Amino acid sequence: MTHGVLLIVVSLLFVVAYWLGKQRARTTAAEGSKLNSLPEHYGSLVALWTALPGLVLLLLWSLVEGPVVDNLLINKLPAETQQQGGTAIHLALSKVHNLANGAQVAEDPLLMPAVQHLLDLQERTLLLSSGIVLALALAGMAIVWRRIHPDLRARTEVEGIIRGMLFCSSAIAVLTTVGILSSVVFESWQFFGKISPIEFLFGTSWSPQIALRPDQSGSSGSFGAIPLFTGTLLISLIAMLIAVPVGLMSAIYLSEYAHYRVRQFAKPALEILAGIPTVVYGFFAALSVAPFIRESGAGMGLEVSSESALAAGLVMGVMIIPFVSSLSDDVINAVPQSLRDGSYGLGGTRSETVWQVVLPAALPGIVGAIMLAVSRAIGETMIVAMAAGLAANLTANPLDSVTTVTVQIVTLLVGDQEFDSPKTLAAFALGLVLFLVTLSLNFVALKVVQKYREQYD
Amino acid sequence: MTDQQLTTRAKVERSMTRRRRAEMRFRAYGVMSIAFGLLCLVVLFSNILGQGLSTFRQTVLEVNLHIDGDALGISRQSSEAEISAADYETLLKNFMREKAGATSRDDRRLAGTLVSVGAPWQIRDAVLANTDVIGDHLRLEIIMDDDVDQWYKHDRDIGQPGRLKDNQIKWLESWIADGSLHTRFNTTFFVNGDSREPELAGIRGAIAGSLLTMLVTFLLSFPIGVAAAIYLEEFAPRNRMTEIVEININNLAAVPSITFGLLGLAIFIGLFGVARSTPLVGGLVLTLMTLPTIIISGRAAIKAVPPSIREAALGLGASRMQMVFHHVLPLALPGMLTGTIIGMAQALGETAPLLMVGMIAFVVDVPNFISDPATVLPVQIFLWSDSPERAFTERTSGAIIVLLAFLIVMNTAAVWLRRRLERRW
Repeated sequence: MTHGVLLIVVSLLFVVAYWLGKQRARTTAAEGSKLNSLPEHYGSLVALWTALPGLVLLLLWSLVEGPVVDNLLINKLPAETQQQGGTAIHLALSKVHNLANGAQVAEDPLLMPAVQHLLDLQERTLLLSSGIVLALALAGMAIVWRRIHPDLRARTEVEGIIRGMLFCSSAIAVLTTVGILSSVVFESWQFFGKISPIEFLFGTSWSPQIALRPDQSGSSGSFGAIPLFTGTLLISLIAMLIAVPVGLMSAIYLSEYAHYRVRQFAKPALEILAGIPTVVYGFFAALSVAPFIRESGAGMGLEVSSESALAAGLVMGVMIIPFVSSLSDDVINAVPQSLRDGSYGLGGTRSETVWQVVLPAALPGIVGAIMLAVSRAIGETMIVAMAAGLAANLTANPLDSVTTVTVQIVTLLVGDQEFDSPKTLAAFALGLVLFLVTLSLNFVALKVVQKYREQYD
Repeated sequence: MTDQQLTTRAKVERSMTRRRRAEMRFRAYGVMSIAFGLLCLVVLFSNILGQGLSTFRQTVLEVNLHIDGDALGISRQSSEAEISAADYETLLKNFMREKAGATSRDDRRLAGTLVSVGAPWQIRDAVLANTDVIGDHLRLEIIMDDDVDQWYKHDRDIGQPGRLKDNQIKWLESWIADGSLHTRFNTTFFVNGDSREPELAGIRGAIAGSLLTMLVTFLLSFPIGVAAAIYLEEFAPRNRMTEIVEININNLAAVPSITFGLLGLAIFIGLFGVARSTPLVGGLVLTLMTLPTIIISGRAAIKAVPPSIREAALGLGASRMQMVFHHVLPLALPGMLTGTIIGMAQALGETAPLLMVGMIAFVVDVPNFISDPATVLPVQIFLWSDSPERAFTERTSGAIIVLLAFLIVMNTAAVWLRRRLERRW
């Protein structure tokens, strides 16, 4: 909360600085000299230099504070804990934090020096950081306030600062990609240090259960991801078998046949399907569709698993319909009317025109749309997490239970876990595969769609 | 007459029947596809509504309870702590046994289990609110156990016993006959946090968590998204660097949401030490996820502002920055807001990345601040859908109805905003 107080103080200083700067510019102007910029610009310049440096520093500090404090604390932990290393230190540190924050944890006299040290540190860093931020604010205010002069190009400087801020905002998108990549690559690197990539990519047995004690038998677990890949592909295939024909035909009907009124109603109605949260689909798949399929299967004498790939795939297909249809709709609408008119002029019926003229012309775009849909199906998590199973079966039977990459990531990472066990690291390795596959699919698809659009523009 | 002798016209006429039929078939496929899509929508909604609407009714028993101060060891002058500590459970159990007229050991136990385990607290709260009832009678609608609730709402109509015993049903029927057992609007569902007991479980904690998470997401993603859109559309030099940023944003919009969860786990929690399970870390992850949506729609909105406006501003001596902030931005803002609302609606329904950052914890308390442990509505749905009790399935659907209601409101707002404020040139 004290950081909150600091923020409020800085905002107040911001307002004060703006007013002071503006006043000084006005007085200067009143003395008869012509200002380079408007008084508001001088005010903004003073205000920005008051608030920005301190806030940037505070942000940076809050990012590194955790690791730095932990490093300082390690020295204060009991000697044996320090020797045990890794997990023990981690556990002790979190206990120290809990004790210091007044959480109800059993006290441990051995940890008390560290707790005391942490409390001291917290107090000191808070005092120090507030002091530095306020000092920076006042210094910035004083320096820029003194610089105010009719010749100071305040507007140019303010605009430069704002431009820099705008640039930083757009850089966040790139940083996100770098962040995703570095996090999955770094953890995967550790994983591949323990399990060979060959075994991971081509092994056919997946059971990531790591024993609780190192001496327990079968503690290694097996990390062959092939069953996960085939499971993902199977469910995605079922989904695409539903979504592509239905989505494509809907798009064709809506853009080539449907009356304006029908289109006005049907297009948004179909798009509602895309706005429904995936957890709702998951619930629907697990509690309504899967039992329905199992019972109808039983009626036909088929043995259907209660977590069949079919149920998850079907529901996922329904979810993706609007995705395929709205993307294909855009693509089909982009085909120039002159091509259609040419076909009609030669006596083609509407369906012949669609099959022989419109679709071939729109094909690259449609392929792009389907690729985007596939990438979506592969990355979909909640439907499969709720409706598909956990058993890593290597099968092509849609009535069997299969598991997917995303389901395994969720199961491996949900709950309490340590960061350095192969079990959690495996999730990041799967994440790396998932990210690379979907990224390349998206990349190619977007290129194709873009190129296709340019063709007719 | 052989084929060669046919004129072209005759050939065409002969093939027309086949071609017309193909045309009709093709049309029919189109209609069927759309009908299939709409049917799925109808089935999904009716399924959820059918399972979930009964959540909003709750079975209660109207009782006139004698609060025996002597038996409880409290009086009207007792302190709050003493009143809180009194044994209302025994009081209620005895009352239920008497009301049911249970004599045998089994019957006495069965009578006691008809009411919710939360009922004693209900009495305690009522007594605390009005200490005058001590030694007097207290009129109260007592929450029944979820088995009773399910039986009354579903099984009774079809003559099934549900999970109740014959004796229990006999008592309940007699109470229904005298009007003391009935349903009322399920306020518990909206004012309670999560609970292991279905009849006491509510979505208030999840809604508060969702709102706090959305607040963080909005406060971060809207300014950053708008700023990024402005930079890319108005200031960025057309070079390799900008192109990379653009491709990047388009790709990020299509990356599976779960990878954002991995980033949150490894970087926000692992590296920067942000507390797990909090709306803060959830909001940070969702910010990164919604940013591409907001940036893309923001750029479209800026692009839609005609160049004449920019030229007029520049011609009158405005700087580029003044042109953007005084003229382009106000005109583009409605479009940007629409995109932001749609992005926020997506974020509100998102589950997978939040599971990764620990928002799946069982949280009973309603979070008040962005650093309190919390869960969100979709994750609550996920958690409940895993519970074996039938009453939780019902509540899951109820929570889904609430979530969908939020989403419908947000999307309607976006459409309204677009119709109302967006100008077309």
